Amino acid sequence: MGTVPSALKHCLSYQHLLKEQLWIAEPPAAAHPAQEPQASGLPEYIKIVEVGPRDGLQNEKVIVPTDTKIELINQLSKTGLPAIEVTSFVSSKWVPQMADHKEVMRGIERHPGVQYPVLTPNLQGFHSAIAAGATEVSVFGAASESFSKMNINCSIEESIERFEEVTKSARNMNIPVRGYVSCALGCPYEGNVVPDKVAESSAFRKLKDLRTQHEKEVSKRLYSMGCYEISLGDTIGVGTPGSMKKMLEAVMKEIPLSALAVHCHDTYGQALANILTAIQMGVSVVDSSVAGLGGCPYAKGATGNVATEDVIYMLNGLGISTGVNLCAVMEAGNFICTALNKKTNSKVAQASFSTRTTN
Amino acid sequence: MAAARRLLPRWAGSLRPVSSAAAATGAYPKRVKVVEVGPRDGLQNEKNVVPTPVKINLINMLSETGLQVIEATSFVSPKWVPQMADHTEVMQGINKLPGISYPVLTPNLKGFQAAVAAGAKEVSIFGAASELFTQKNINCSIEESLERFDEVLKAAREASIPVRGYVSCVLGCPYEGKISAAKVAEMGVSVVDASVAGLGGCPYAQGASGNVATEDLVYMLNGLGIHTGVDLQKLMDTGTFICNALNRKTNSKVSQASCRL
Repeated sequence: MGTVPSALKHCLSYQHLLKEQLWIAEPPAAAHPAQEPQASGLPEYIKIVEVGPRDGLQNEKVIVPTDTKIELINQLSKTGLPAIEVTSFVSSKWVPQMADHKEVMRGIERHPGVQYPVLTPNLQGFHSAIAAGATEVSVFGAASESFSKMNINCSIEESIERFEEVTKSARNMNIPVRGYVSCALGCPYEGNVVPDKVAESSAFRKLKDLRTQHEKEVSKRLYSMGCYEISLGDTIGVGTPGSMKKMLEAVMKEIPLSALAVHCHDTYGQALANILTAIQMGVSVVDSSVAGLGGCPYAKGATGNVATEDVIYMLNGLGISTGVNLCAVMEAGNFICTALNKKTNSKVAQASFSTRTTN
Repeated sequence: MAAARRLLPRWAGSLRPVSSAAAATGAYPKRVKVVEVGPRDGLQNEKNVVPTPVKINLINMLSETGLQVIEATSFVSPKWVPQMADHTEVMQGINKLPGISYPVLTPNLKGFQAAVAAGAKEVSIFGAASELFTQKNINCSIEESLERFDEVLKAAREASIPVRGYVSCVLGCPYEGKISAAKVAEMGVSVVDASVAGLGGCPYAQGASGNVATEDLVYMLNGLGIHTGVDLQKLMDTGTFICNALNRKTNSKVSQASCRL
C-alpha cells in the first residue's frame, strides 16, 4: 500500500472534495437535475429544527456567557435553518445554564422566516417568555412515569394538566406550541430488567408496553390540546431502526404524519440510521444540534444529540432539500466548540480540514 | 492489569437480538455475517506500532466473541506497511479456533506464498473502483492490479484456498471525487465489515474517523432482530483491551455510553 504522506500531498483539496460531494453551494435539485430523489418515496423537503442553543447547551457542563449564546444563535440564523430553539423559561434553580433566558431572547437578531421557539414548562414560564418577546413555545412531556417524576417532579397526568394551561393561554394569543415526548424508545429509569435468552422477561415487556401506551397517549393528548407538531424523542439514544419503526407505526395511528418529528440521540451510534428509518416512513421534521452539542446526562462521557452537520450531509446525499447551508452550520459549530473549548461531535466537521473555504 | 470494564447500562436492551419477529419481514436478512477487520485494517491505520503479543491477544479475544471471520494481518512488504511487519509471527502465534476464518491480505503472488507458508487458509485481495486511487495506493493501474490478483487467484484455486475480494472507493475517492454507482454492484448485502472499537482512522482526512465500530454495528443488528452470533459484551471487553494497549479512546459510541466498573 502507498505511503500516506505522499498520498495526502496528491489528494485533492478536501474543501473541493466536500463541495463536490455535499452540494454545499447548490440545493440538491440544481446540482443534479437528472436525479430523481423522490422515486425513492422520501420527502422532498425536510424541516430541520436546530436544538443546539437550548437542548445542546443545557447538557453541556460549562456555563456559556450570554453573549456567546446570542452570537451562536445569530450565526445559526444565517444558515437557512427554519427553526432554532433559543432557550428555556425554566427556574434558574433547576437549569442554571438557561438562567439568562430573558437576555438571550431579547438579545438575538430575529430573521424573517425563522422560528425561535422556547421551552415553557408551565404557565409562569409561558408568561415570562411572552413578556420577553417569544412568538412560539414548546412543552416537554414523557412516555415514562419514572422519567416524568425524576425530570419534572410530577406524574405524566400532572404534567399534562400544566401543559393544558400553557396551550390554552397560547391559543388565546395565537402562539404556536410544539410538543415533545421524551423516552419514546427507552427510559433510563425503567429499563431495569435485561431481556433473557428466549424472550423478554414479562416485567420488562410490561414496562415497555406501558411506555408505548404512554407514548401514544401523551402524543395524542399533546396534539389534541393544540400542539401543532409532536417531536418524538429517543432520549437515551437506545433505539434502533426496528424499534423506531414500531414506535412510529403506533403513534401514526393517532397523529397525522405531517405533525410528527423525530429527535434522535446518537448515544449508541444509531441516530442517522433511526432518522433514515423515520424519513422512509414519511416523517419530514428532524431535530438536531449543531456540532452534536449536548452530552447524555444518563451515561457519563457519552454523546447525546445527533449533529446537524451530519444530518444535513446525509439529506444532501439523498437529494432531499433542507434549505440549510452546510458550510455555514460548520462555521457556527466551529465557533461554539472554540468557545466551549471542546471538540466537535460532528463527524462531517471532524473530516473537514478547516471550516473556512480557501478558494 | 486493572483495565476499567465497561458494561452496557441495563436500559440499553440491545445486548442480544430482540425476538426475530421484530425484524421487518422481507426488508432485512435474518442473519448478517460480521467480518472483523480491526486487527488488520484497523491497526494498519493507527499511528502507534502495536507489539506482536498485543496483536495476538487482540485476535484471541475476538475469537471468543462469536465472530466468524477475523482479518488477521497483511502479507505486504514491511517497507510499505511497518505495522504489519510481524505478519508471520502473528499468523503463527494466534489460536485458530474451529469454525472461525482468519483471512489475510495478499497483494501479490509473493505475499500469497508467504501467507500459505505461515499457515493461512484464506486470503484477501484489494481492488479499487478508482484509477487514481489504485495508482496512489498500490502503484499500478486497475488493469495491472487485476493481473496480479489473477496470479493469486490461480495459485489459491490450486491450493483450494478461498479468496475474498475488496473494492475500495465505492462511494467516493479522495483523489477522483464521486464514483459512478454503475461501477459497483449492490445486491442483497448480508455481510458487513467492521472494526472493533472503530479502530483505524482515515488516512485521507486528518483527525477523522474511519472504520465503523463493530460494537455499534452489532448493537443495531441486535435491535433489528438480525442474528450475528456475536456476544456484544465480550466484543466491548476486547475493544477496551486494545484501546488501553493503544492508549487511545474508543470510537465506538456503544462503548462510550457504557458504564465503567
